[in-house]
Amino acid sequence: MNRRITLKFTAALAACLLFPLRAIAAWNKEAFQSKTAADALKGLGVGASTESKDIAIDAPQIAENGAVVPIEITSNLPNTKSISVVIEKNPFPLAAKFEFGEGALPYVKVNVKMGESSFVRVVAEAGGRFYTASKEVKVTIGGCGG
Amino acid sequence: MADPMKIRATVKGDVADVRVLMVHPMETGQRKDTSGSVVPLHFIQEVSVRVNGKLVLEGQISQAVSRNPVFSFRLKGVKAGDKLEIAWLDNRGERSHSDAAIA
Repeated sequence: MNRRITLKFTAALAACLLFPLRAIAAWNKEAFQSKTAADALKGLGVGASTESKDIAIDAPQIAENGAVVPIEITSNLPNTKSISVVIEKNPFPLAAKFEFGEGALPYVKVNVKMGESSFVRVVAEAGGRFYTASKEVKVTIGGCGG
Repeated sequence: MADPMKIRATVKGDVADVRVLMVHPMETGQRKDTSGSVVPLHFIQEVSVRVNGKLVLEGQISQAVSRNPVFSFRLKGVKAGDKLEIAWLDNRGERSHSDAAIA
């Protein structure tokens, strides 16, 4: 193989490795592997956030089984781009981040595991700013070990 | 090969309620099996939802999502017959992809 072809091949291979062929944002390792809620938010790029009543969190006050805790979130903030769910006392607090494109309403329902009673914090990104709301869920039997 | 997802999507007006069940163990890496050894971390990391080929929603999730995850989403500007495609990718590189028509 002559040098030019080798170079081209190397460049193409590097491009494949660096930019896999997909539009999806890569899993945010830094944020998801954070062990505190503050670090998780930092990893998500959340700076200052404002408490907002326009984020509705529907979750049980008391969850008997921490392995399956249904959390339903609706953002009434205009132009909501993403919703992140942080379970403050979990070993890895960030549970999920959803990004809504044109064609999706800023709503999600998901079942999560909770190790112990905790505040569930939701951060919504709307119009370039961050808004937050939280709800306390008391857990009778934790859902992480077993 | 991963088990197929169960997808239900029903439209009312121009908003569709989508409910999807994915078959996955969602291991936290903290659970021990009966012999006392730790079951390794194994969980879905990325979820995507497309309508007629267009990406409308994507999620990044952690091992904190419950086993056999169930999600509900709401899509707007859709009609019966539109093609819904949902895909996931887990931390071992396993993928699953399912289609459904909005009813």
